[in-house]
Amino acid sequence: MEKNESEMITIYVMGKKHLVPADLTIMKAMEYAGHQFKRGAGCRGGFCGACATIYRTKGSYKLQGALACQKIVEDGMYIAQIPFCPAEKKTYDIGELRPEANTFLEYYPEIARCLSCNTCTKACPQDIQVMDYVQAALRGDVEEAAKLSFDCLSCGLCAVRCPAEIVPYNIAQLARRLYSRYVVGPTEHVLNRVEEVEAGDFDAEIEELKGLETAALRERYNKREMRV
Amino acid sequence: MSGYPEYMQESIRLVEEKRPDRIGVHYTPMAPEERQAILREWHPDFKMDQKRELRVGPSAGELMPHEVADIFEAHPAIKPGEIDLSDIAFDLDVLVIGAGGAGLSAALLAGESGVELDRILMVQKLRLGDANSKMSQGGIQAADGVDDSPTLHYLDVIGGGRYVNKPELVEALVKEGPEVIKWHEELGVIYDKLEDGSMQVAAGGGTSRKRMHSCKDYTGLEITRVLVDEFLNREIPYLEFTSAVELLMDDKGQVAGAVLYDMDSDEYLVARAKSTVLATGGFGRLHIQGYETTNHYGSTADGIVMAYHTGANLRDLDSTQFHPTGAAFPEQIVGQLCTEKLRGRGAQPINKSGDLFVYHLETRDVEASALIRECYGRDNGIVTPTGMRGVWLDTPLIDIINGEGTIEREFAAMLRNFNKFDIDIRKEPMLVFPTLHYQNGGVEINVRTETSVPGLFAAGEVVGGVHGKNRLMGNSQLDLYVFGRRAGRFAAERARKATVGKLTLSHLDRYEKWLADAGVETDRRAPFLLPEYRGKRTLEHQLKLL
Repeated sequence: MEKNESEMITIYVMGKKHLVPADLTIMKAMEYAGHQFKRGAGCRGGFCGACATIYRTKGSYKLQGALACQKIVEDGMYIAQIPFCPAEKKTYDIGELRPEANTFLEYYPEIARCLSCNTCTKACPQDIQVMDYVQAALRGDVEEAAKLSFDCLSCGLCAVRCPAEIVPYNIAQLARRLYSRYVVGPTEHVLNRVEEVEAGDFDAEIEELKGLETAALRERYNKREMRV
Repeated sequence: MSGYPEYMQESIRLVEEKRPDRIGVHYTPMAPEERQAILREWHPDFKMDQKRELRVGPSAGELMPHEVADIFEAHPAIKPGEIDLSDIAFDLDVLVIGAGGAGLSAALLAGESGVELDRILMVQKLRLGDANSKMSQGGIQAADGVDDSPTLHYLDVIGGGRYVNKPELVEALVKEGPEVIKWHEELGVIYDKLEDGSMQVAAGGGTSRKRMHSCKDYTGLEITRVLVDEFLNREIPYLEFTSAVELLMDDKGQVAGAVLYDMDSDEYLVARAKSTVLATGGFGRLHIQGYETTNHYGSTADGIVMAYHTGANLRDLDSTQFHPTGAAFPEQIVGQLCTEKLRGRGAQPINKSGDLFVYHLETRDVEASALIRECYGRDNGIVTPTGMRGVWLDTPLIDIINGEGTIEREFAAMLRNFNKFDIDIRKEPMLVFPTLHYQNGGVEINVRTETSVPGLFAAGEVVGGVHGKNRLMGNSQLDLYVFGRRAGRFAAERARKATVGKLTLSHLDRYEKWLADAGVETDRRAPFLLPEYRGKRTLEHQLKLL
């Protein structure tokens, strides 16, 4: 046993002091301290971005970003959640766009104001190269923008820190959809199979299976050829 | 630096020593009789003292976990007299409850099926897209491969489900899989592909072909965020942090909308609708048998409760899916999902002595049972500092088998989430134990997604019958879109001709009578919307003054 289970530390939730176990995540520490989340909690596993949090550690002047469900509390930590970002999302018809720089400039013209200061990248709790994908979008390189931004959870921390008032995660979403729709395109064997299904190619086989008694179905299942 | 304590590292050294001999070697898959036997002896579903017969309503007599029976044997969340049904806040053609994969699909398709957009409303108790749908990592099944067919997919689903699935629902699921993938790509979902442009696919437990399509290990995130973006583009009305708390009925015995609850203002809002789609997800946050869960914060089983209050048929709620590989260490992430795709790409379950003890791609129920037996039947697990047991999932094999860089490329989420605790899954295994993952059963539907109560449609995890008693990996992602899309279309179709009568909540009085007749005496109320994780001291000293 290496861990001292009972070690308690001090954290400040929106300035208010609480004593909490040292090994909890920010989310669990806030619950321990008596908060019941409505906002600010989601998947609780690092996949949804609902728990975007700004914190400062003891003795530091830096404001840092984290997901409350993924970050362990530290002694003297000051915490505030930012569960919503009032950023503008433009609407568009994905079928009517082109995968190029002008598309980004048309919908999100503020992208041209990027100062290359990298504040967005430093704010990202997923360690994404945010500035690099914004720059890629500005160059019209949707593939690079899509790939660099793929792990984005749209938590909003980049947008609230950006001095040029860019909303990187909205640009990333547009880039990824453009990349899939126009650069990658549909998959031939998928389209073929859709046609075969529509033509009724599997109807008789499946109808037969649906009519089988359990014993006969079990035999079919147990004898099916495995190719994995 | 390793995030594992020294005594665990000693066991890891055994895993490493024996690893070269395990490469390319498979443990023999179990024979059908062995599978039956291990389920009966070790699967949590077969612990009869953990279940009871429901006492209330049309499904009285059915066995279900105590935690599930508890929410049915509870008073409705509201009393009919508290609600002014003449004050209608929303008058709708289609009301969609829930904004995960199934709800989003239903709302999009209702809009495409001719319903005026301002006659649709989607409500969600958290944010748009906040759902288990978004947390799916490993993939989505669809039988579009050249060596695959919907027929093979059908066999896998129904055998995996122990032959009690509803055949016509399975048929819809497997036949429409390729169509769903096509739809996603048109919308701009980025699937993993090979250089020749074909889909990169992996195996899952119990699949006879490699048909798991993926978006790295953020599959659900990628699909959900595209659907949310498209939903916002179409400007369909929606409300966040607004939960349905009970369904409305009319004097013709139809479901006719819902009573909504604004979670900020505590106001209720009456939403009258010709068609109502239930897409509220599952019950992971009930922590069946005390298990940790992979599930979203909002997975509190609201949908099955509201539906049952109207008298809707339920099925298969005796069965719960325990995912074989939840994190068992570190403590901060206990219970969180370690995707099945890890095993699909070659990771093996290994005991404390470094030995393989089960075929790595058994169906989830069987694989989970084998892990439980290894830890508690054979005492071959590692005990964590908090007293939990687990076995190793030997992830470094993935890069050895598939080439260096595979984990970084395909498992970004897993790599990132463990790195935070100084565990590099490219070099060290993960410690895992089964975790509560999925509600196999739920509200019964037909292929038109109609429940047994007119006017009420259902899709997604809230539904029972698609997966029988055990779901295969990647089939719930598929189920969301197949049945969500169907629900949108059929709800729109019904709205074109249906008329709503006089609104009533008399079914809640009837439910109270069922409770009284069954002799249920309780303070419990349901649905309860959010789980309770506050500290014990807080709850013991609670006053409600504000």
